[in-house]
Amino acid sequence: MARLFALLAFLLLLGSCSAHGPSSQLLNVSYDPTRELFRDIDAAFARDWREKTGKAMTVGMSHGGSGKQARSVAEGLPADVVTLALAYDVDMLADRGLVSKDWQKRFPYNASPYTSTIVFVVRKGNPKQIHDWPDLIRPGVSVITPNPRTSGGARWNFLAAWGYARRLPGGSDESARDYMAQLFRHVPVLDTGARGATNTFAQRGIGDVLIAWESEALLARKSIGDDKIQIVIPSVSILAEPPVAVVDANVDIHGTRKAAEAYLAFLYSPEGQEIGASHFYRPRLPEVAARHKGEFPDVNTFTIADIAGNWKAAQKKFFADGGLFDQVGPGRGDKP
Amino acid sequence: MKRRVLPGFGLSLGYVMAWLGLIVLLPLAALVFKSSALAPSGWWALLSSPRTLAALRLSFGGAMLAAAVNVLAGLLVAWVLVRHRFPGRRLFDALVDLPFALPTAVAGIALTAIYAPEGWLGRYLVPMGIKVAYAPLGVVVAMVFVGFPFVVRTLQPVLESMEREVEEAAASLGATRWQVFFRVVLPLLLPTLLTGFGLALARAVGEYGSVIFIAGNIPRLSEITPLLIVEKLEEFNYAGAAALGVAMLVLSLLLLLLVSLVQRASRRWELPR
Repeated sequence: MARLFALLAFLLLLGSCSAHGPSSQLLNVSYDPTRELFRDIDAAFARDWREKTGKAMTVGMSHGGSGKQARSVAEGLPADVVTLALAYDVDMLADRGLVSKDWQKRFPYNASPYTSTIVFVVRKGNPKQIHDWPDLIRPGVSVITPNPRTSGGARWNFLAAWGYARRLPGGSDESARDYMAQLFRHVPVLDTGARGATNTFAQRGIGDVLIAWESEALLARKSIGDDKIQIVIPSVSILAEPPVAVVDANVDIHGTRKAAEAYLAFLYSPEGQEIGASHFYRPRLPEVAARHKGEFPDVNTFTIADIAGNWKAAQKKFFADGGLFDQVGPGRGDKP
Repeated sequence: MKRRVLPGFGLSLGYVMAWLGLIVLLPLAALVFKSSALAPSGWWALLSSPRTLAALRLSFGGAMLAAAVNVLAGLLVAWVLVRHRFPGRRLFDALVDLPFALPTAVAGIALTAIYAPEGWLGRYLVPMGIKVAYAPLGVVVAMVFVGFPFVVRTLQPVLESMEREVEEAAASLGATRWQVFFRVVLPLLLPTLLTGFGLALARAVGEYGSVIFIAGNIPRLSEITPLLIVEKLEEFNYAGAAALGVAMLVLSLLLLLLVSLVQRASRRWELPR
């Protein structure tokens, strides 16, 4: 519904003000938990753009699950830029010719202006003493993580757990698979999205530990309070790199290429990075990162390239029909 | 050709066909068309997988159970609202429509909050071993909620226009009160009850928003078919998603056809006119 309104609003604006010349409106199609982040980014960018060009520029937003948003763009939502949760979703747009094939080289750091990582959220005082990945599969521990088949964020959770098990000394695909099977035996509820899982854990009181993006965990701690939950950083985790890309096919029609590129570049600017950090995304820029060192403790991270090569391979191996999640996920019927 | 009494038959029938075609048949045709990208072997693999079968069983079994509950509860509610006068009746009457108006996601969140282990009802039910939220029972509860108004609203006008003289005649001929209800009133209401059952069933089968919040969504246990469709879409598997949609469509059609057959059979109790 929100998508529909964004589309309608956009079309109206397009019709009213861009009959001639380039549009003064950008549409950023993003995923769910970035609402607060981009509200601030968009305001700051509009100011920056006016100072530099003397022209007005407003940014419309559309939010939803990452995969669903990519699908909308593929089906004709006139996005100028996409800022999604998974490179896999942008790859799909590249396959359909909407985004250039080399999109990951268009912007620094694999076209990912900020990062996050996967952490644990536990109840105050950490009653079950959960400190690292092996603790999740101890008897009596109940783990909340969303369904990786429906949630982009949950795919990072899955890969973080897999990467931990696979990269253990002497670890193999078999031993990692075994760990994942044990882990999912401890999962009582599979929400369809990351926010849903956070609510199940925090509001419904289900589970002893929530696996979540650090940005979501910090936001939850801010809104729920550290008298209720606390964050545990595991010994190793994955480097989550949410991607950004210009939708080439659309900006050329709208005449917004320059603005769209400036918008994404703004995310890498000191001001953009500072805003990202204030919304709990880890900055890339060393000077900004240094300022926020206290908020983002050092984590030993691996990347998706280290454990699966790329997203396409990961998708096929883990999350496709009959993939590893289907084999070891909950509800297989062979519970002990 | 015999002239009809009412004018404009050809024109109005044309409109009906065009409208039905545009609103109902066109999207369904698109669905069937999309699913045709799937090879027969793909169809078989999809529909015979234990996960799909379990999801279909939950979607349709749950919906039938929920519709049955709604028929019983709806009959009682409609009866009381129509036959009795009491303070607050209009308020209760208005409340019946609430499940129509409420966004289903809100309903799902509210139901989950109530039945979760720490919720208002959940804290008493869970220790008794009755798990509603994050269990298949929760799916049925959500389906009962969204389907409830259909039975009440289809029954009310029929109950209102039912002639009391029939009941009085039965009573004066010596029927007991239970006999009047089971042998006179109920047979008259049966076709309408079945209509309500069919509507509530159809509503429950297609319900997504409220169910996913309360179900727990564990594959093979508490996962409904619409969620499987969403999963397929999430991996950009349009053909698979459309195929599951077609499967649901065919099953729903068969069920509704069955309901209308039973309905036709039940009409033999209707008073001769």
